[in-house]
Amino acid sequence: MELVPATDQALPPGFLTARSGRATEEYFINMGPQHPSTHGVLRLVLRLDGETVVEVVPHLGYIHRGIEKQAEAQTYLQYLHLTDRMDYLSSHHNNHAVCLAIEKAMGIGVPERGEYIRIIVDELQRIQSHLVFFACFGADLGALTCILQGFKAREYITDLFDAVCGSRLTMNFFRPGGSVRDVPEDFTDRVRAVCGKVDAMLAEFDRLLTGNLITKERARGIGVLPRAEAIALGCTGPVLRGSGVDFDLRKKAPYGYYDRFEFSVPLGEAGDSWDRYLIRMEEMRQSLRILEQACRSFPGGPYRSKEKPAYRLPTGTWFGAVETPRGVFSTWIVAEKGEKPWRIHSRSPSLANLAALNPMCVGHKIADLITILATIDPVIPDMDR
Amino acid sequence: MTLRERFSMVFGGALSMFKGMAVTGHWLSHPKGIVTEQYPENRKTLAMHPNFRGEVVMPHDAAGEHKCTGCSLCEKACPNGSISVLNTRNLAGKKVLGKYLYRLDSCTLCALCVEACPFDAIRMGQNFELARYDRSGFELTLNQKEGR
Ligand code: SF4
Ligand code: SF4
Repeated sequence: MELVPATDQALPPGFLTARSGRATEEYFINMGPQHPSTHGVLRLVLRLDGETVVEVVPHLGYIHRGIEKQAEAQTYLQYLHLTDRMDYLSSHHNNHAVCLAIEKAMGIGVPERGEYIRIIVDELQRIQSHLVFFACFGADLGALTCILQGFKAREYITDLFDAVCGSRLTMNFFRPGGSVRDVPEDFTDRVRAVCGKVDAMLAEFDRLLTGNLITKERARGIGVLPRAEAIALGCTGPVLRGSGVDFDLRKKAPYGYYDRFEFSVPLGEAGDSWDRYLIRMEEMRQSLRILEQACRSFPGGPYRSKEKPAYRLPTGTWFGAVETPRGVFSTWIVAEKGEKPWRIHSRSPSLANLAALNPMCVGHKIADLITILATIDPVIPDMDR
Repeated sequence: MTLRERFSMVFGGALSMFKGMAVTGHWLSHPKGIVTEQYPENRKTLAMHPNFRGEVVMPHDAAGEHKCTGCSLCEKACPNGSISVLNTRNLAGKKVLGKYLYRLDSCTLCALCVEACPFDAIRMGQNFELARYDRSGFELTLNQKEGR
């Protein structure tokens, strides 16, 4: 397939290449912004040749809320609750990244119990997010039991968050120096109970979808992302690790107490959709391992270091990064005098991972585009912010 | 793909599908394991967790008194400007709370106001059915009596 720059025909905005030498006529079609398979308000403009995808151009901005601009008018504490609303499936991780930056800036330490709470809650949310991936991946491929069972398993964790943090989705739980409140006494027992249930469900999922030949055939060899390209596009998380790049912030630049726990980072070989699926399934098991270890050695003591009446960051730039279920989320704060930031920039994993969509889709059928998009596991509010 | 591979594909695919369908069938015949709440049928018995963050409420004691002093710290803490503390003076000339205005429609239920209050005068309620028929229903005055 030869790609030559557009000369003879006017293309819609965003399309870069025209292909000549074909008798068939290409056409353009809109997928989204109201399409259930785009996981939100993502609009994809497809350029098709028959059923084959020639080029995909994503259009963003349908759920832009200007969070970065709003942050400039808010104190650091107030900004924390906005980060919940970027990637709603990893709000704890987003809070965590901002807290890391503030703690670094102000020299706030976190007590041991606080760090344990953070790790437990983070890992629970990683499982929760991957369960949603499983549910949507199955549903996108037409296996509707998956969406029911995936969300059922997720409900155990959501219910625990509801009890501990007070909210099911936008938890707003972490604060500089720890978390907003202590966990209940029976927290570790409840986490263990949830882990047991999720573990049983994972075995079921393997029977339901992982062992299914049809799923395997629909995902294997589909949407191959070569290693070099994944790095060049700035992909992170399971999309990057699916292409065989061993990069996980929890291992490479451990924050919190991650260096105290034993877990492995699953890697893919082929870089196709199937690898990305398997990696997420394995990551849930690894998270269960971390939770098991953390519950065993859950310490007592204070959950939060002494609260400050106001958080005034020293002038300068501060950075915090965490590994969310979708990849690296980092926040960069330019602080000025006072309680409000001068500028905050967030690097969201979904946006960078979306860049890999076009190279992965080219040459595949429309049905495969759904598979590929599902394995990117995009969260649209995280791209637009 | 040889004919043999093709056949193993077809039958293997069907077999693995039946294995998956067994899971579906299991849950179809075991409805006890489901976690779905039968809302609104169970409205009477449905209890939220104690920490649950519903709309902001200001608890009043039996005499109709509340603990708010009108210090406006919650108003400053709110990221969305959902709270207006309108103060007034009582007969003795002391500054007291006049009206505690709370706009539910712009509230994100973040509980930052509750954290900021030094007197425990407000807390997050248990009500989660926040829809109203009229926009005016979102403008709430949380204190029952003025000037206390
Ligand atoms: S819960 Fe949050 S948004 Fe609502 S009034 Fe309190 S501080 Fe404001
Ligand atoms: S509710 Fe609390 S913080 Fe708000 S004005 Fe009253 S006493 Fe002050």
